[in-house]
Amino acid sequence: MVKNSHSSPHDSHAPQSFWSHYVFSTDHKMIGLQYLITSFIFLLIGFSLMMLMRWQLAFPGHPIPLIGSLLSSAVAPNGVMTGEFYNQLGAMHGTIMVFLGIVPLGVGAFGNYVMPLQIGAPDMAFPRLNMMSYWLYLPGGLLMLLSFLLPGGAAQSGWTSYAPLAIINPGQTVWLLAMVIIITSSLLGAVNFLTTGLNMRAPGLSLDRLPVFTWAQLVTAVLLLLAFPPLEAAAILQLMDRVAGTSFYLPAGLVVLGQQVKASGGGQPLLWQHLFWFLAHPEVYVLVLPPMGIVSEIIANGTRKPLHGYKTLVASMISIGVMSFIVWAHHMFLSGMSPMLGNFFLVTTMIISVPSVAILTCLIYSLKGGSIRFTVPMLWALAFIPLFGIGGLTGLPLGLTTTDIYLHDTYYVIGHFHYVVVTGSIIALLGGTYYWFPKWYGRKMDETLGRIHFWGTVVCMNGIFFPMFIQGMAGQNRRYFDPTAHLHNLPTQPLHVVSSVFAWLLFLFQLPFIYNFFSSMFKGERVDDNPWEATTLEWACPSPPPHGNFVKTPRVYRGPYEYSLPDQTRDWLPQHEEAKALT
Amino acid sequence: MTTALAHPADAPSSGVTNAKLGVWLFLASEVMLFGTLFTTYLVLRMGAASWPRGWDVLNVPLGMLNTFVLITSSVTIVLSYVKAAEKDLAGFRAYMAATIALSFVFLVVKGFEYGAHFKHGEFPSTNIFNAVYFTMTGLHGCHVIGGIIVNTALLYLSGEDFEHPLFAGRVEGAGLYWHFVDIVWIFLFPALYLL
Amino acid sequence: MNGYYGWGLPVAASTYAHDIDFGIIMIHVAMFVIFILWGIFFTYLLIRYRRREGVPAERERDHGALKSLLPDIIVMIFEIGLIVFYAIPSWSRIKMNFPDPSQSNQVDVIAEQFAWNVHYPGADGKFGPREPRLVHFSNPIGLDRDKPAAQDDIVFANEIHMPVGKPTLIKLSSKDVIHSFFVPEFRIKQDAMPGMVIPVWVTPTQTGTFEISCAQLCGFAHSFMRGEVVVQTQEDFDAWLKSRAPAKQEAPAKASESW
Repeated sequence: MVKNSHSSPHDSHAPQSFWSHYVFSTDHKMIGLQYLITSFIFLLIGFSLMMLMRWQLAFPGHPIPLIGSLLSSAVAPNGVMTGEFYNQLGAMHGTIMVFLGIVPLGVGAFGNYVMPLQIGAPDMAFPRLNMMSYWLYLPGGLLMLLSFLLPGGAAQSGWTSYAPLAIINPGQTVWLLAMVIIITSSLLGAVNFLTTGLNMRAPGLSLDRLPVFTWAQLVTAVLLLLAFPPLEAAAILQLMDRVAGTSFYLPAGLVVLGQQVKASGGGQPLLWQHLFWFLAHPEVYVLVLPPMGIVSEIIANGTRKPLHGYKTLVASMISIGVMSFIVWAHHMFLSGMSPMLGNFFLVTTMIISVPSVAILTCLIYSLKGGSIRFTVPMLWALAFIPLFGIGGLTGLPLGLTTTDIYLHDTYYVIGHFHYVVVTGSIIALLGGTYYWFPKWYGRKMDETLGRIHFWGTVVCMNGIFFPMFIQGMAGQNRRYFDPTAHLHNLPTQPLHVVSSVFAWLLFLFQLPFIYNFFSSMFKGERVDDNPWEATTLEWACPSPPPHGNFVKTPRVYRGPYEYSLPDQTRDWLPQHEEAKALT
Repeated sequence: MTTALAHPADAPSSGVTNAKLGVWLFLASEVMLFGTLFTTYLVLRMGAASWPRGWDVLNVPLGMLNTFVLITSSVTIVLSYVKAAEKDLAGFRAYMAATIALSFVFLVVKGFEYGAHFKHGEFPSTNIFNAVYFTMTGLHGCHVIGGIIVNTALLYLSGEDFEHPLFAGRVEGAGLYWHFVDIVWIFLFPALYLL
Repeated sequence: MNGYYGWGLPVAASTYAHDIDFGIIMIHVAMFVIFILWGIFFTYLLIRYRRREGVPAERERDHGALKSLLPDIIVMIFEIGLIVFYAIPSWSRIKMNFPDPSQSNQVDVIAEQFAWNVHYPGADGKFGPREPRLVHFSNPIGLDRDKPAAQDDIVFANEIHMPVGKPTLIKLSSKDVIHSFFVPEFRIKQDAMPGMVIPVWVTPTQTGTFEISCAQLCGFAHSFMRGEVVVQTQEDFDAWLKSRAPAKQEAPAKASESW
């Protein structure tokens, strides 16, 4: 609603000031890179919190070496962390990784940068709104981090913030405020992405010619748009419970540590869980769909042939999106809700596994008949398939009511969802970074460092998460500050040491990546506009694309993955090139 | 929000302008937000041991008055859109100003209701009905304030941007939002006051 | 006691533990087979179709809709079988069919930060009423000792006794936040939800001392919220119950002693 908002992007080629170019930019590419750097930093912070927790898990009660002496005595007297601090680290690890790391990386960074390019648009539909999304995300994230320094510390009731614990525990108010800000940012982004994807497509780019990555972004945006508002409402209600003394989630007659709780009562703790998981299950697919899109792009490019079952892939993504709204209570089989409801959600959960299997099947079949180039991005995309497969398979005994009785809330769950979002999402997002880096900076990332990073990361991730399945089988509960307090955890305690050592090694293997990223930005090998010989539209504009992206609006003639067509001199035929001898 | 970048192809792929599509999508998320609150209301009410009759504890005549105020404001914002489409600046301004004035009337009346509750020592923490009542009407009130900001901005910008081809579209977008705020109240009023 | 635990499932000590173990083992075998088959196929594809000079990629002629749905169909049949023949029957057996209270050992478990309060009805088989306003250090569950039903009630913490081979019916509730009652050896787990009373049952199949742990984050000492289940023969159990019965006159003192 600012004047001159109607100026076309092509009018603004005039040199911009530092502030309007790098900071308050409305260019989707700059905003995408802002998101990229910020969310990578948040991922690193979330990972660091976990590395601290891994010490406590491996060596409970021992002072944390080096770092322990730097921590204040309130959180770690004599360098040994307290239970409160452990819970703060746990809650913040989950929150940061999900809401400030992976979602902004998959949607804010890759979606923002790549989707407008893939549809041949000059920018997002609402560039100022796009800027606002980032400038809500960053303060929201900083507020979240800041809460560590406030009296009472950060939130310590888990990223799920179950009431009534979250209402009586300190630190939760700031978490809720920050969440409301971050949710608002995501909602604005979702409106923007959908409008852009539906309205700004280049001529000829019908929906059945959209690249899978763009499809994934659109489905994700629908999920964000419809699933986040319930969490926002739920967070507002919890905020009211904490600040205004209401009892939305508090039943009457609570007695906490010998003190009767002064609240009117009449609320229901289960209500929070329903509202939370109504968001948080679609959220899982928000974490997973953009990475699936990235993997599909890389696989089509690396095998030099069309994706197997493009329509099946897209249909599966859409049906996952729809189904994800009616599976939420499989997180709540044991919460005390009616066991009959458990049966209903058991069935929907098994149904949603069908499209997921279809996606993996399509990706594997896509390899058949290919001419597979083992480039660095392709390595990540290939690793995604079996590892995400483990994540999906281990969901089976958790989604099944009876076996979930035993495995619920054990380390098995931790192993399962980390295989999904770490060896699934994060691996794909790293692959996407190597894949689109040349588009962002006109230079390639170093191959050798990339391979070291790849093998180190994949081995370490498995080393961290695989032992958790064994611990879960042995009945070890999650969120335990000191696992050795229980006899049944003792035999598998050495596995905690294994996990921890691999976690710290994983950190070391990220150093080549960080170095590679920044040094390649300035000194990497220069490449032309289309170094991977790819077909989709983002490779039709210069690298890096200028303001307004395309010199001339592309016209689209065919589907996204026309590789290895017969009667062609090259093995790829871009979407925007008129065919000469297409049969 | 209505910063529509014209696509070089000059026609949006879906046939609806960016601004209008954006507002509709935004409203979809708002439906989910208020839908969640109404669901919460239902769940808590069904689970409650006792639930007061709305007309025993709330001021129905004032609520009724507010309902008429909001419905009238919906009419005036439609008229302001008609005037904007007809390029009648004075007419647009008159109707938009009326809309804003009516929104303020709504807030003032609501303020009186809140004041009376507080005077009688009824706060959100008093019981679960009050919690629901204050939270839902409060959030609705925030949306009214948001509408006032948007409408005032349009009134202010009309001095310079009135001739812009997309201006009427922006008024339409603001109108859609305002109708939504209105509809939420039309659900809230019976749910809280009359049932 | 450590003989119960290892790197796999703990010892199975309840009637339905074997049902759950059967499901877990069967699913893992299936998962393993699926993963290995896919893994072999995947590795074969990577080697067979690696890039070679002068060999272009082959575009598929038909997009084989049926072929690509085959794994899906197999998985779906497997899942439907699991739901119909395993999950729904065993779930309703464990969570929906409760033993007759008169034929069971009845006990109320009231969770709090960070302990499991255990309330036995005593000889009269009737639980005395519990009031939040009566909660005190010496009376952690707020038992109204003035009521006749409460006279012979037995209350203590972190130890549940059960007779072997007879169902025990537990009514689970919580004073403050959500806890989760988990006995790995019984394969039993159920959240204790404040404001709700949730029934759980178990029939132990062997004597011994098993571990209760809290499986839902309940605060800073969550991991120290531990208790024990002592499964005894019926005679030992009866003797124990008798030894714990409060003497009529000094009921309050007895209660505080056991706390």
